[in-house]
Amino acid sequence: MDAHIQVKNLNVHYGKQQALKNINIDIPKNQITVIMGPSGCGKTTLLKTFNRFLELTDGTQITGEVLLDGQNIYDRDVDVTEVRKVVGLLAQRPSPLPMSIYDNIAYGMHIHKMKRDRKEYKAAVRHYLEIAGLWEEVHKRLHDPATSLSIGQQQRLCLARGLAVEPEIILGDEPTSALDPISSQNIESRLLDLKDQYTTVIVTHTLRQAKRLADYVIYMYLGEVIEAGPAKEVFSNPQHERTKAYLEGQI
Amino acid sequence: MSQVDPGNSPQPIQKVTGRLTRPVTASRARQNNLAQRTFFIFTLLPVLLILIVTVALLFRSWPIFNAYPLKDLLFGQVWKPNDGLFGFRPFILGTFWVTAVGVVLAVPACILVSIYLAEYAHNKTRSIAKPVLDLLAAIPPVVYGVWGLLAIVPFVDKVLAPLSGRWLDSVSIFAVNQPTGFGILSAGIVLAVMIAPLIISVMFEIFSTVPNDLRHASLAVGATQWQTIRNIILPQVGPGIIAAVVLGASRALGETIAVLMVVGNIPQIPTSIFDSAYPLPALIANNYGEMMSIPLYDAALLSAALVLLAVILIFNILSMLVIQRMLRRKWAS
Amino acid sequence: MGFLKKKRWQRRHLMEAFMKFIMQVSLVFVAGALGLILWIIVVRGLPALSWDMVTKIPEGGYYMGKGGGILNAILGSLYLASGGTLLAMLFSIPIAMYLKTYLGDSKWGRYVRLSLDVLWGIPSIVYGAFGFTLMIALGIRASLLAGILVLALIELPIMTRAMDEVIRRMPVDLEHAALALGSTKFEVALRVVTRQMLPGITTAILLGFGRGIGDAASVLFTAGYTDRIPTSLMRPTASLPLAVFFQLGSPYPEVQQRGYAAALILTVIVLAVSLGSRWLSARLNKYTIK
Repeated sequence: MDAHIQVKNLNVHYGKQQALKNINIDIPKNQITVIMGPSGCGKTTLLKTFNRFLELTDGTQITGEVLLDGQNIYDRDVDVTEVRKVVGLLAQRPSPLPMSIYDNIAYGMHIHKMKRDRKEYKAAVRHYLEIAGLWEEVHKRLHDPATSLSIGQQQRLCLARGLAVEPEIILGDEPTSALDPISSQNIESRLLDLKDQYTTVIVTHTLRQAKRLADYVIYMYLGEVIEAGPAKEVFSNPQHERTKAYLEGQI
Repeated sequence: MSQVDPGNSPQPIQKVTGRLTRPVTASRARQNNLAQRTFFIFTLLPVLLILIVTVALLFRSWPIFNAYPLKDLLFGQVWKPNDGLFGFRPFILGTFWVTAVGVVLAVPACILVSIYLAEYAHNKTRSIAKPVLDLLAAIPPVVYGVWGLLAIVPFVDKVLAPLSGRWLDSVSIFAVNQPTGFGILSAGIVLAVMIAPLIISVMFEIFSTVPNDLRHASLAVGATQWQTIRNIILPQVGPGIIAAVVLGASRALGETIAVLMVVGNIPQIPTSIFDSAYPLPALIANNYGEMMSIPLYDAALLSAALVLLAVILIFNILSMLVIQRMLRRKWAS
Repeated sequence: MGFLKKKRWQRRHLMEAFMKFIMQVSLVFVAGALGLILWIIVVRGLPALSWDMVTKIPEGGYYMGKGGGILNAILGSLYLASGGTLLAMLFSIPIAMYLKTYLGDSKWGRYVRLSLDVLWGIPSIVYGAFGFTLMIALGIRASLLAGILVLALIELPIMTRAMDEVIRRMPVDLEHAALALGSTKFEVALRVVTRQMLPGITTAILLGFGRGIGDAASVLFTAGYTDRIPTSLMRPTASLPLAVFFQLGSPYPEVQQRGYAAALILTVIVLAVSLGSRWLSARLNKYTIK
């Protein structure tokens, strides 16, 4: 397996409470990895170690390594903003920035000064809106506030905003949990379309979504990884009792 | 909670008469009603108080408004109560200068500190900064005055004035015309420290109304924290920041004892921050003793208090409306 | 490899470091101001501080540098501030309770809070002037009573808002539980809220007291100044802030020194009250449901 992210001996503490216990996993390149498990098992915590979002919470201690293409993102001389540029995040609730639709997409590109002139920005904004399947719906009102969009549209906008800074990895923290079924389906199909180009890691609370999306599965329980492997194998033949129980809906 | 009219609405619980519940008897309901009415009268008090203070001052200063047109009072240059001349202009300008210098000195530092506390600082730093600000706010004005007298006045006299004399003498607002140390700059420095805790704590509250989702959305695409603050957070809190500054200014406007001790108290039209001035509150405080002996003097001084009150009321109401609205936004989301 | 390495020379990283630096400098500045104030007050006040200062009233020739102390001002200030706090409490507790139990975030509640905040912002010199007009109207002379009345006005909004803020954080569940058990709103206010209010009330009392004892501009008009310890509400009384103020105005260096000492005494009292309220409310909070 061609691992894009390697997690080695990762431990996370919130104050005195241990949230992640000695995690060791590999996440395959250009596939969709789904992290699942009952709520409170640490799946979002694990996800947020990948873009160093955990350290935004006061009092978290992180030990161990998260290697991105072999480089530990927790190294002292690593630029955290560079990590977050390479590792995009699609949040649980859509969070459009308080600016126009156009500016939302251009925001990250401006931050990193990725384009030279207005024309290039315009073209890029269009490109990413098209990828997110939003161009048709919004191209006539690019300068309306992003909050005027529906929740489902907002989430696709956030996807486009994340893609616009040219990440290699997309993290999704239950990205459809706030959406209606049709919008959810829309997001899911975007993610499936994109999986050849991006390494995607999704946290989900619904087993059905996991089954629809996953190429690779990580099952967590109480801060530990119980089982990890290709989706087909894990779903059809789980090795661990806990995983089996979860898949059968007992947990 | 708000849409229910609490006291009078029949409570559905009344019908439940389980063992653990006491039925709401008529007497207890009456007690509730009576209490509600009494309490209500109490809440009228703050609103009434503002009115009463204003009306009382207006009433007492009426004679002077009758004797002189408002224009002569506000823009009159000469203050000679013995000759019947009551020109407030030097005092109004003095108040303005002192407040302006205080606010200009305080605001940049306050913005930076509140951003730091709201966006960067760890809980530990915050838990140290909070009591420091509380203590600064708790120190009485007269102690600030002593500090100003012992530290700031000599500092202005021995350090700042010579420096300014050497480099900035040609700029009129920095010209050193009366080298004593007592003056607008000293008062402004003291005021800046006095109003800082209030401005910082209001700004901190305002910053914490910005939902974390927005911060995270910006950080997630790789923005630095300052880029996030600059591009996302500051545009959201603009009105609140301005309101905090106005609130701070209104505190500075009314400060009496501390300013009086370091400002020099010379009724003149100031032209430089090193000049002495004579702000309105100092005028009132310094002359209360003798004001009964000269005709119209007390009315003049109380009208000064009224002018001060009017400006401060306007500043306060406007800024508090903005701040309350912004803080409610946090509760709502 | 190394594609994530920090590019320190990049403008945005320089900006980040610079902004953070000047923020920290500002914070040090503000904290330093507090340190500087306390240091100066202690250094200049301590040498003149003596046992006589706090145990004696001014003797003949005190204001020319002869013996005596400022017990009159210390006691006067304690009387003034205690009286003001007590009187303000009589009104602020019902208002805060009503705000919580009946008004919540309703429109009238908002008006009341706004007017309290506005009252808070009115400078004490204006309260002093107002008190003075009242005294003239009622024919009262400068006295302990007048001082207490004006201080109560000043402290009322501070205390009410302080209580209001503390009670606001009280969980609604508890209140609903009490209502669900068949209590009327008034009973909720009386039992549950009062118990929960305890930390708020103590905080408010100490906050109001601290503000009251330090205020000079209002008592200047209303309480007067005397070398004697007041024996009745109708007598004028000295106060610490004014003791500082008047002694500093003296041409005698010894008297000025005593002014610094008086400032030190006042500062110690105010800081003790402020730190005490912090400590107390932290302790009391342990015994209430958060």
